[in-house]
Amino acid sequence: MARLGSVASVKDEQQTLTGWGRTAPTQARVISTPDIETIARAVREAGERGVIPRGLGRSYGDPSQNAGGTVIDMTALDRIHVVDADEATVEVDAGVSLDTLMRRLLPYGLWVPVLPGTRQVTVGGAISSDIHGKNHHSQGSFGSHVLSIDLLTADGEVRTLTPEGAESDLFWATVGGMGLTGIILKATVRLKRVETAYFLVDNVQTRNLDELLEYFTDGSDANYTYSVAWFDSLARGDKMGRALLTRGNSAKVEDLPKKLRKDPLGFNAPQLMTAPPIFPNGLVNKYTITAFNEVWYRKAPTKYGSVQNITQFFHPLDLVGEWNRVYGPSGFLQYQFMVPFGQEDMFRRSIDRISASGHASFLNVLKTFGPGNAAPLSFPSEGWTLTVDIPVTPGLDRLCAQLDEMVLDAGGRLYLAKESRTTPEMIERMYPRIHEWRKTREAVDPEGVFRSDLSRRLGL
Amino acid sequence: MIDAVGNPQSLFILGGTSDIALATAEQYAEQRSLRIILADRPEESDRMNEAAERLRQTGSTVTTLSFDARKPETHAEVVDKAFADGDIDVTLVAFGIQGDNEKGWTDAEAARLNADVNYVAPVSLGVHLSEKLRKQGHGNLVVMCSPAGERARRTNFVYGSAKAGLDVFYTGLTYALADSGVKVTVVRPNFVRTKLTEGMKPAPMAQTPQQVASTIVGAVRKGKEQVWVPAQMRWVMTVLRHLPRVIFRRLPF
Repeated sequence: MARLGSVASVKDEQQTLTGWGRTAPTQARVISTPDIETIARAVREAGERGVIPRGLGRSYGDPSQNAGGTVIDMTALDRIHVVDADEATVEVDAGVSLDTLMRRLLPYGLWVPVLPGTRQVTVGGAISSDIHGKNHHSQGSFGSHVLSIDLLTADGEVRTLTPEGAESDLFWATVGGMGLTGIILKATVRLKRVETAYFLVDNVQTRNLDELLEYFTDGSDANYTYSVAWFDSLARGDKMGRALLTRGNSAKVEDLPKKLRKDPLGFNAPQLMTAPPIFPNGLVNKYTITAFNEVWYRKAPTKYGSVQNITQFFHPLDLVGEWNRVYGPSGFLQYQFMVPFGQEDMFRRSIDRISASGHASFLNVLKTFGPGNAAPLSFPSEGWTLTVDIPVTPGLDRLCAQLDEMVLDAGGRLYLAKESRTTPEMIERMYPRIHEWRKTREAVDPEGVFRSDLSRRLGL
Repeated sequence: MIDAVGNPQSLFILGGTSDIALATAEQYAEQRSLRIILADRPEESDRMNEAAERLRQTGSTVTTLSFDARKPETHAEVVDKAFADGDIDVTLVAFGIQGDNEKGWTDAEAARLNADVNYVAPVSLGVHLSEKLRKQGHGNLVVMCSPAGERARRTNFVYGSAKAGLDVFYTGLTYALADSGVKVTVVRPNFVRTKLTEGMKPAPMAQTPQQVASTIVGAVRKGKEQVWVPAQMRWVMTVLRHLPRVIFRRLPF
């Protein structure tokens, strides 16, 4: 049967692109189409500057930019093919956002197994960055829930890959592979079952970093599917690292107040406003952040058993669209690293180093990771992860370079989805299995058709 | 690629012994090691090799190219060679000659040399560089112009006339390349104590090559299209540009 949409619309234009941090803009030819044949042709005819897929552009740095080359805007590929409520799986196009997916799955009592700090990422991006959420310690990263991937490779063919199948090395090179093994067109993902769209949440206010680490390591985390801490990077002395620890589980119907029980799977996630593009540089500074931290810390006293909706619990930042604009035209970067357990001292020193540098960080997040998966470039692995958001101001490069050294010394690494300024040598040493990944990639893409600003910058 | 904090990974210097360009290279190399390509006249090869050696001490990779501004027919090849090993993030067009002003308007040979080196060569290179940079979809092109090009002065109008043309050409390039991902920065430094100005009497607000280099690094980071060094020079020139000619020509410089 001829599909009505068989004459698919194609948008093809030159665009200047940046990542979510709004730094390092470059120009590329951006092709947006749901037609797989057109995408395959673009791959075959990519030319020497190559091609890279782009989802919703939520990576902070440059993995979905390709200066002088082609970028495939995957958001046009947005169909949910099959929801299997019995098996709890979904077959979905790579361009579907986790936001859309979650809204569609909730009525079936199904839940996206891993959600990052925003729902505005695509399924393809979630696999390519092997994203993690507040439930990594209990559920692992996104790639661990993927049952199969349809990958358009450099030869213009589509391969179906599985975690244990014949080409499992390519499957795992694609998970966390930053789009450099090919274009993910479709994936089948295993889902979780939930009774409600709400969470039963315990909040703990801790006085300092020691107390916080104690909560994370006393075994109590095992009682919670989700767990994360926000901490104050500017508080010094005995308040250093004071934090709000939020932990929770998916709520059962009987946990809900009567009013919510009528529609337990109802999805309530408003976007209140979109930040206008008028913010100057420097608005996010030491003084505004100090004030914000004080308010944020005080507004959430220790409280057990509160019921929160998805946005309250997961994505308070999704309340404001384009919130990255408040950092002004110079943009910002997010520095996220992980280090193995036993390196708690390194945190203390890194937080000290950050606050002593005068670079104020706004969003500081600490959580624990469970075991990693088989993907050579996957970021999470057993230990701690710490994230800071810093506006780009002079001297930031030196601070980050110092932190790089500390992370490397502690046996840790940086997250490629956030990375925007380190050196190829650092990445080489932080990801000891990078050679395995390179071998798989060279076999499937010997000419290096898939490339991005990130791959050029880091020699991937 | 230029990273999120504005540091490049590769730098191409046309005029590889220019004090300002080398000071810029040093400032970049201090931030992170990078790939540097120096290009200058064969006559300057000793000085260029010395500079290359000094930059290598910072951990950067430095290669040198022989390049003659007076042979525009060779420019395409020089640019090809520079881009052969990968993208160039920042290109500095930083060569030029001061020349003797009196000779420059009485001796046709000297007049032509000034025009060839200070105008024809950077324009010819600008064409080749633009083509490369447009293809790579990113990069910064920095050109050294001069306040001397703002208004004819009795003492340096020959040099100034070439710089005036150069300034207009590259300012035009900023517009032409605006939608290509490429940034062009026109730098107008006041008197700088360099080998170019050796033996000349320093003007008020004279600058060091390091001061100009910091301005260049900052301008590239912010993607500025035009900078004066020092910044106040812009306002000084705004006044001078509008003085009636009868007054301007009597000023003591």
